[in-house]
Amino acid sequence: MDSVLDKRLPEPGLTRAVAGLSRVLGGGSDTVEHAAACYHCGEPCRETQLVEDQKSFCCQGCLFVHDLLKENGMEQFYGLSRHPGVKVKAPKRGNDWAYLDDPEIQNRLLDFSDGRTNRITFHVPGIHCVACVWLLENLFRLLPGIGKSEVNFPRRELSVRYEAQGIRLSQLVGLLVSIGYEPELNYARLDKPPARATHKRAWLQIGVAGFAFGNIMLFSLPAYLGMDKFSGPAFKTLFGYLGLVLAAPVLIYSAADYWRAAGLALRSRILTLEVPIALGLFALYSRSLFEVIWGRGEGYADSLAGLVFLLLCGRAFQQVTHERLAFDRDYKSFFPLSIKRLEERGERNVALSSLEVGDRVVVRNGELIPADSRLVSGCGLIDYSFVTGESEPVEKNPGDYLYAGGQQIGSRIEIQTVKPVSQSYLTSLWNHDAFAKKKREDLNTLTNRYSRRFTKIVIGIAITSALFWMLRGDASRGFKAFTSVLIVACPCALALAAPFALGTAQRALGKKQVYLKNIFVLERLAEVNAIVFDKTGTLTCSQGLEVRFEPGRFGQQCLSTDERAWVCALAAQSTHPHSRQIATALSNPTKAPAEIRDFAEVPGGGLKGRIAGHLVQLGSRTWLERLGIHVDPHQLSQGSTSFVAIDGKPRGAFVFSNALRPQTEEAFADLGGRYELSLLSGDNERERSRFLALFGKGARLHFNQGPLEKLAFIQKLQEGGKRVMMVGDGLNDSGALRQSDVGVAVVERTGVFSPASDIILEAGNVARLEQILRFARSSTRVVRASFGISALYNAAGISIAAAGILSPLICAVLMPLSSLTVLLFGCGMTTWAAKRAGLTPATPS
Amino acid sequence: MLVIFLLIFVSLTLATVFLCCFFWAVKAGQFEDTCTPSMRILSEEEPISTNQTPERNT
Repeated sequence: MDSVLDKRLPEPGLTRAVAGLSRVLGGGSDTVEHAAACYHCGEPCRETQLVEDQKSFCCQGCLFVHDLLKENGMEQFYGLSRHPGVKVKAPKRGNDWAYLDDPEIQNRLLDFSDGRTNRITFHVPGIHCVACVWLLENLFRLLPGIGKSEVNFPRRELSVRYEAQGIRLSQLVGLLVSIGYEPELNYARLDKPPARATHKRAWLQIGVAGFAFGNIMLFSLPAYLGMDKFSGPAFKTLFGYLGLVLAAPVLIYSAADYWRAAGLALRSRILTLEVPIALGLFALYSRSLFEVIWGRGEGYADSLAGLVFLLLCGRAFQQVTHERLAFDRDYKSFFPLSIKRLEERGERNVALSSLEVGDRVVVRNGELIPADSRLVSGCGLIDYSFVTGESEPVEKNPGDYLYAGGQQIGSRIEIQTVKPVSQSYLTSLWNHDAFAKKKREDLNTLTNRYSRRFTKIVIGIAITSALFWMLRGDASRGFKAFTSVLIVACPCALALAAPFALGTAQRALGKKQVYLKNIFVLERLAEVNAIVFDKTGTLTCSQGLEVRFEPGRFGQQCLSTDERAWVCALAAQSTHPHSRQIATALSNPTKAPAEIRDFAEVPGGGLKGRIAGHLVQLGSRTWLERLGIHVDPHQLSQGSTSFVAIDGKPRGAFVFSNALRPQTEEAFADLGGRYELSLLSGDNERERSRFLALFGKGARLHFNQGPLEKLAFIQKLQEGGKRVMMVGDGLNDSGALRQSDVGVAVVERTGVFSPASDIILEAGNVARLEQILRFARSSTRVVRASFGISALYNAAGISIAAAGILSPLICAVLMPLSSLTVLLFGCGMTTWAAKRAGLTPATPS
Repeated sequence: MLVIFLLIFVSLTLATVFLCCFFWAVKAGQFEDTCTPSMRILSEEEPISTNQTPERNT
């Protein structure tokens, strides 16, 4: 569960931290000249100084929101928390959302519509603080026609009612975007979301069980304390019947899921834990009926209600939900809801679902290629790092084939679709068998494996003791012994062991940004003995190439400070990712940018310009050689390079390599001994030697792997008896993540798209994998030990029961006592194990 | 001793009333999101939309 204080930002937090610091240094004033924090969003104000009412703003967008709020008397927003706003991204044009007004699309988006009022629910990842909640719940003040809006913070959801005639959906979305809360509208949004598990039923079941438990206990206590001795038998009978009446809804309603699960288990001939629970419940109630009706005693209704109540509490505890995370996303969540189709009258935003083969589509900087297509015009530079794992953007020329999912960098291109969205190279991965079959069911859990043996033993003892007493001619004692054994062996403590121990573990991990889908993932984690890694985006940062300058041999020297400034100025003119990287690496804030004359950019070649009288050239080897400049060929083998020449003399090259995530080397040193490690990369083999050193000898490294090859590799490992953990991040890992025993999706920021997986891991935690695995093993050990404790209690109870002398009082004490022991042991030991593994939430960030 | 029967009746009725309240609260969606209301009270003034009853037609 997110705490209110969880103000992790939608944007990288560093800038805000810096802004905060400058605020402190500036004596609390926000109008400090240098790097003042934007009054709205808290980011440092860089270029233009937008100042109004002595408040600085970082961009027009933020200023606009501030003015809008001020006009509407909503300045309170800024009092709720410091710099509460979300930075407004590049403003979109008004008609960008027009496709939302298409009735067919609207039908699929709206939750509810009666012709007059519409209601729609958006997922808004930007919601992060108290002020956001306040602002979004006061939307009606900004645009007449909006009714009640309500935020669900843990889910980052906003639901809005608005007048169907008064405003259009496109207006509503436009307003949200303009104030910085862009709702997530992707292709998957068109499928009706599967009815989300509401907890209503679970709450009601617990409520009924708790109600019955408390009331029956009130009636049972007098009996246990010997009250009936002087109050007469009338009360005893009355209390017995009252207990039966109150326990009936518990048996029928609260325990309904256990009956169903037990029935299902018997039909598929698996002895799950629900079977002995159902047997115990049945024995408890029938024995109580018998005793009360024949006046033999007061029955076990209190134990029954208490048992069900505790079981349901355990079930509620194990349902740790990370509600703002989605563990089951497919490619549809990655693709946008709309694309820009080129029509006779120009570009028009249309829904992706209406895209047909042969359509012309316009793709701009940062936008996705929606379906496999052919480049028609423009200079394509496609970043496939998330889709195929290639770390370098690929240059494409008109006529080239483009796979869906790539991201265009740079200028606008036009493409013509060749295949429908669902049939594209990458998305067809979802037609594979691995996605059709359900993942290893939750039936084969530790608890169920243990309960299989347990149930057989219990039933054996029950029958033996019944036979024993019957053979000695005491049939009624035999019946008593038989039901008593079933009652006392009802595995309440056993059923609570895993939920409490593993639920605690899951919470501890959640606080460290390791999000588990459910508690059973921990059990599978504990068995992992082979780990397969993806490279790009998993081991290396997806953004952020490392760039370093290397002078060529033959006496070439490093660049002087002036020369560095020239190259920086030249590189800053281009949008090519390499140029940008160089410009960022060389940028020097104290020096004014140099003036460039005769600048030219040769597509596929390089940049040249005259700075301070010197000719500076930066580009590929072939381009420079065509100009008659011969570079040091030795440097070509080092990977991706850009060569520099000044005044026609080669000086050396900038070498690019993907930066490993911090502490990856240390992490691999720990992992190497215990697990079989492999690397599956969609990228080329250029960096093989570097990763061989990282993985150690004997590790299997495979490059140029497609999504299906990755899947097949995992399958082969599993056939060899391995329990495989797959760590990946991209769409191309989806199959492997699905097939593996534990699929771990690495994300840079929580809340952004990640392919379906069992664990969502914040990128900084990749180095912590060894810790996490160790912790999973120790928490399953805690579960096993809890089984031991509950077995001790059961043995004690069963020996009393088999003798046929079990009384309701013993039962009423034994059952809660054993459950409480297991609960405290499970939570306590797991917390201790978390501390030992270094997973305690030390300093909340 | 008749009074005890009466008291039992009264106590059970009262408990049932509370159970019904709980049912109403759950059905009205009050247990769906236990986090946001705690943030809402931090803003000094109530949202002007006075319609505070939780939505039912979900």
